[in-house]
Amino acid sequence: MASLLLACPALPAAAEPSAARQKELIHLVRQDCGSCHGMTLQGGLGPALLPATLAGKPAESLVATIIGGRPGTPMPPWHQFVAEDEAQWIVARLMTGFPQ
Amino acid sequence: MKRALQLLLPGLLALLLVACAGTSVRGTGDLGLVIERAAGHVALVNTSFRSAYARIGGLGDLSHASVVYSRDARYAYVFGRDGGLTKIDLLEARIDKRVMQSGNAIGGSISQDGRIVVAQNYTPGGIKAFDAETLELLSEVPAEYAPGQFSKVVGLADVPGNKFAYALFDGGEIWVSDFTDPKKPVTTRYPAGLQPYDGLVTPDGRYYLAGLFGEDGIALLDLWQPEKGARKILEKYGRGEEKLPVFKMPHLRGWSVAAGRAWLPAIGRHEVLVADASTWKETGRVAVKGQPVFVMASPDGRQIWVNFAFPDNGWVQVIDTLSGQVVQTLQPGKAVLHMEFTPRGEAVWISARDDNRVVIYDTRNFARLGEIPVDAPSGIFFTSRAARIGF
Ligand code: HEC
Repeated sequence: MASLLLACPALPAAAEPSAARQKELIHLVRQDCGSCHGMTLQGGLGPALLPATLAGKPAESLVATIIGGRPGTPMPPWHQFVAEDEAQWIVARLMTGFPQ
Repeated sequence: MKRALQLLLPGLLALLLVACAGTSVRGTGDLGLVIERAAGHVALVNTSFRSAYARIGGLGDLSHASVVYSRDARYAYVFGRDGGLTKIDLLEARIDKRVMQSGNAIGGSISQDGRIVVAQNYTPGGIKAFDAETLELLSEVPAEYAPGQFSKVVGLADVPGNKFAYALFDGGEIWVSDFTDPKKPVTTRYPAGLQPYDGLVTPDGRYYLAGLFGEDGIALLDLWQPEKGARKILEKYGRGEEKLPVFKMPHLRGWSVAAGRAWLPAIGRHEVLVADASTWKETGRVAVKGQPVFVMASPDGRQIWVNFAFPDNGWVQVIDTLSGQVVQTLQPGKAVLHMEFTPRGEAVWISARDDNRVVIYDTRNFARLGEIPVDAPSGIFFTSRAARIGF
C-alpha cells in the first residue's frame, strides 16, 4: 500500500513536508547526497538514483537505506537529518524524476 | 547575468592585463581557476589582485570536478563529472579544446613530462590517456580486476618515470601504470586492502598512500622499491570502537606531508592521524570538529588546514605542526568545500558553496583579506600545481 502511494506522486503521502522543507530536502539531495551519487544523480561512488535505475526496486527498502544506511558500504544513515516521511518523499521524487 | 557582472567588475584590471596578453607579455604564476559547481562554469582568478578576471561556461556537470595544469602553467585541464575533459587557456581566457571522454569521471592527472593527461573513471572503471596537446585518445587501462569485473578508480596520481598510481575501490588493489610508451602502458598490480577510497603521493614522489574505507588503516607502496608490495600503516587506528557515520568521503590529494610527518584524515573518527613520514609509525592524533575531508599542509609545512564533511562543513580548523594543536577555528561560510594556498602560502582561498563566495585569509594572523562572489564554488586550483608531483 505504501509503495502504491509512493509510486503515484499525485497522491501525497500522509505527511508531505512543508514547501520550505521540500526546498531544503532538494538542496540536501542534490548537494550532499550528490557528493557520492553525483549532483545530477547519475552515480559516482554510490549508484545512480534515477527513475530508470530505481524502477522496480521496492520503495520501502530504498527508504530504509536512506534512514539506516547500508553497513559495509559508504552509504551512511541519515536518520539524524531526515525523518521517515521525508525519506519517503525523497524516494517518491527520485523514482519519478528529482526536482532541480 | 547580474552575478556575472558582480564577479567581473572587481577583476577588470586583471582582465585588461590578460586581454592584452597578445601585446603585453604576461606570466601565469599568480593565476588560477575556481569551479562553479552548479552552473558548469569556471571563474578565472588572479591571486595578486585577489579577484576574478573572467568566467567561462559550457563545461557540463562540474560536481566533483578537478583540474591539473600543463607544465608551462598556461593551460588548465578540467575533468568534469560527466566525462568532459576541457582544456582552458588562462591567458586568452577561453576554451582551447574539449572532448567527452567517458560517462563518469572523477578526476585526472598529468605525466611527469607533461605530454600525457590521464582521466580516472568510475564507469566504465579504468583510466584513459590523452595527448596533452591535442586531447586525442592514446590508450586506456580498464580496471578489470577479475574476469568481467571492473572497479571504480580512485586516487590517481602522477609519479616519477611517467607513471601513474591509482587505487581500485572495488578491486582492493593499487595499480601502477608505466606510460613510457604512451600507446602501450604496462601495469603492475599490488594488493592493498578493503575499499581504497582515495590516494596521494608524497611530495618527493616516493610513497603512494591509499586510504581504506573498508578497514582501519592506510595502504602504503614504496615506489622506490615497489617489489616489496604495499603494506598497511596506521592499522586498527579505530581501536575497535564503532565508527561514526561518514557523510562525505575524505580527499587525500593535496600535500599533507609537513614537518617530517604525514597528516591524514581518519575515517569514521573526528581525528587527524599523524604518522612519521620515514618510519610510518603513528606519532599522534589531533581531535577536530568533524569528519575531516581535506587535510592540507601549507607550502612551508607550518600549518595544516582541515575542512569537514556534512554537517560540520561550516568550519575550518588550523593545526600548528610544531605543537600538534588546533590553533584556530574559523567559519568561512556555509558548506566549505575546498581550500587552496597561494604559491608561497601567505594566503589561503576557501570556497563556501552555499554562500556563493570564496573567502581569502591571511595565514599568519587569520585575518580576512577579502572575498570574491562565485556561484556555488567548489574546487580552487592555482597554477603553482603545475610544478608539483602528485597534483
Ligand atoms: C558517502 C557516500 C554517500 C552519500 C553521501 C550518500 N550515499 Fe546513498 N549510497 C552510497 C553507496 C556507496 C550506495 C550503494 C550501497 C551498496 O553497495 O549497496 C548507496 C545507496 C543508496 C541507495 C540505494 C540505491 C539502490 O539502487 O539500491 C539510495 C536510495 C541512496 N543511496 C540514497 C541516498 C540519499 C537520499 C542520500 C542523501 C541523503 C545518500 N544516498 C547519500 C553512498 C552514499
